[in-house]
Amino acid sequence: MSTLAISPGRAGEGGAIRLFASQEALLAFAIIGIAIVVGLYNPRFLATRNLTDIVLGNAYIAVAAIGMSMVIVSGNIDISVGSLIGVLATISGSLAVAGLPMVLVWLTPLVVGVVVMTLQGAVVAYLGIPSIVVTLGMLSILKGGLISVTGGRWISDLPQAFHLADIELFGILPMPVLIMITATILAALWMRYSASGRAIYATGGNSEAARLCGVSPRRTVMMVFALHGLFAGVAALLFATQLKVIQSTVPPNLELTVITAAVVGGVSILGGVGTVVGSTLAAILIAEIASALVFINVSPYWIHAVQGGLILVTVVADILRRRRRQAGG
Amino acid sequence: MSEARNVAVDEPAHLAPLLAVERIERSFPGVRALSGVSFEVAPGEVHALLGENGAGKSTLIKIISGVYQPDAGTIHVDGRPLRFESPDDARRAGIATIYQELLLFRDLSVAENIFMGHAPRSRGGWLDWTAMAAKTEALLASLEITDLRPGQIVGSLSVGNRQRVEILRALSQDAQLLIMDEPTAALTEYDVTRLFDLVRRLKSRGVGIIYISHRMDEIFQLADRVTVLRDGAHVGTRKVAETSSGELVQMMVGRRIESLFPKVEVPIGKPVLEVRDLVRRPLTKGVSLTVRAGEIVGLAGLVGSGRSELAQTIFGATPAESGQILLSGKQVAVRSPGAARALGIAYVPEDRATQGLVRPMTVRENFSLASLAKVARFGFIDSAAETRLAEAGVNRFRVRAGSLDQVVGRLSGGNQQKIVLGKWLANQPKLLILDEPTRGIDVGAKAEIHRLMCELAAQGLAILMISSELPEVLGMSDRVLVMREGRLVAEFARADATPEAVGAAMMGSQAADAGRAA
Repeated sequence: MSTLAISPGRAGEGGAIRLFASQEALLAFAIIGIAIVVGLYNPRFLATRNLTDIVLGNAYIAVAAIGMSMVIVSGNIDISVGSLIGVLATISGSLAVAGLPMVLVWLTPLVVGVVVMTLQGAVVAYLGIPSIVVTLGMLSILKGGLISVTGGRWISDLPQAFHLADIELFGILPMPVLIMITATILAALWMRYSASGRAIYATGGNSEAARLCGVSPRRTVMMVFALHGLFAGVAALLFATQLKVIQSTVPPNLELTVITAAVVGGVSILGGVGTVVGSTLAAILIAEIASALVFINVSPYWIHAVQGGLILVTVVADILRRRRRQAGG
Repeated sequence: MSEARNVAVDEPAHLAPLLAVERIERSFPGVRALSGVSFEVAPGEVHALLGENGAGKSTLIKIISGVYQPDAGTIHVDGRPLRFESPDDARRAGIATIYQELLLFRDLSVAENIFMGHAPRSRGGWLDWTAMAAKTEALLASLEITDLRPGQIVGSLSVGNRQRVEILRALSQDAQLLIMDEPTAALTEYDVTRLFDLVRRLKSRGVGIIYISHRMDEIFQLADRVTVLRDGAHVGTRKVAETSSGELVQMMVGRRIESLFPKVEVPIGKPVLEVRDLVRRPLTKGVSLTVRAGEIVGLAGLVGSGRSELAQTIFGATPAESGQILLSGKQVAVRSPGAARALGIAYVPEDRATQGLVRPMTVRENFSLASLAKVARFGFIDSAAETRLAEAGVNRFRVRAGSLDQVVGRLSGGNQQKIVLGKWLANQPKLLILDEPTRGIDVGAKAEIHRLMCELAAQGLAILMISSELPEVLGMSDRVLVMREGRLVAEFARADATPEAVGAAMMGSQAADAGRAA
């Protein structure tokens, strides 16, 4: 592990330029650029409190987007993650209210998340059913099931220990942000430096070639969905513990926000390309824009239009980049 | 251009040709696909087009049907010079092509398929279903086809009937020239007879037919004339009544195989691969063969004869249903490519783009993909080891790439092929299966890959090479096996492997029996 840097080891002459033109760098510039521009217009935007809130309130989206990025890089998609997060949050909240030990309260959603997603992954990988269909089915089951079981009631009176967001490291770094950063770094290293991570890119880039190289696309897809379930579980915990009550509904279109973060983060919707550093930065960018809209007196409802625009721009840019690459070959 | 099709039906065949192409030239980057090909079809004539894979048949028919534009040369339809900018232009000039993969809408009815794009309309522009059904009935009746109905869903029909629907579609657009690309490849014997009836019927109506087939007997049954292409050039046109299958095979393959191939004699060792009665339906029907250390065994055969399928079965990509595989004398079970890899079998697939490379990945990542276990410790990839592996491969195979972090999709075909090869050799296999190792790459890269094959054989690697280029098979192999319809039908020692004998065995004509005896 002599060159454990994220930058390309032997990139040659164009290396520096490529690094600065990478999706991750562009996102970082955009995040800083927007902060400066909006800050000039309304300095309150730059208040520490606001900046923390932006990240704190959306850490769960970034964490869910890590798993989503893996799923999309492997050549699949999952649209059930929003509903799953709702279900897992409710499960965890109910256990907390019932007075179970915190270890169980925190572990159960992770386990259930992994089980549900592994099941879906198995159906996708071994029955060959397109992931969009499988996860569309699961979306309805989870959403319908959640409303039926809870009857739409909110969970309140959560024990104090349940609230992860109140735990701060060194008095400044809230636990959800710490989890988001740690998860992103670990996942990024794993995607880039592990044999299994490489298998995800190979499967999404050309599953037949991967198969003929002795990489099992089926096992890889299963593994990706299982991990995605784990990250969904963590995301559900962050989501459940950030407020004093747990609603039986999640923010509408949560799965779309998560997919947007992955795609805007540079994950190719065609599979085989993308990083989780990009998706986390994109999740922060989207949250920042939503907040900025408020500070420049634009209706926050515009955030959906902005998200849509971001998706179109990145996807078109991705296709153009691919086309240029093909032309070069 | 729509006037181009008013050919009088009863016009005698020796008058103005229906189609005349003259001195057609067409190049693709790095390849001259057609050089100065001339060729004509008379009304009511069945003109067979013959040639090896890569001889230029496909390019020629794509030019005639407007898919490609020629670099030079002329096309006359019914005496008028035409230039087709698109398949639509050719269609309007009365030219229809029936491709091997039928272009039908499986979920629509026979009538809808026949009239797709030119359906009869009622006033107001709505589809006139009644007229469409009536016209379809009329068309079926005119050809005395009784077992098709306008309302049948195409997906429920047999392959033979689907093909007839496609022919009907061409006729519904007043096609005067029908191009059929290996129409019998997927047909049962019964459907072949019916197809021939239909072709003869069209012939009597004055429709000209370009008939592409590898099956000699069909050409002698059906065609009036036959034109042979080789390496993109026109070798000759013969009247079928005045030629023999021997002459045609000679015309197809007849070229000198000189010092183009750097084959070096190396001592041949013990058997590395022994295959006994290997079966994997539908295309591997009981194959037995042996490949020894240091030996290059060439596997010849037509496209569709089951060569790639056999390779994939030995490699475990489509595991065998029965039969035995022995590696270095020990019986092994090859259930997956992963198992094959662990046993020291390497497979360089036929199609680089879809099977060989992960195009969005870099040179380095592609090189290590088949040996991740070698460069990883505790499941994590050692970047330094991976870089060393890729660098060694790039140097050994002289891959020309900007850097190891270049995305492989942008490299030339030759360089891509070297990476696929290098990826597998990094794994130090005992047996190397090469499927079309030099297809679509330039002459220089080709020579390098051939040189490398000899080097590997000298090091004791056993090589099984599939190639559709006969000169390559004959030039590189110590022994040539010929496959036809899922079986090995002939075996030749290097000295006995003449183009004529191997060609005849591939095509299944009489001369094959001589080869079988060898």
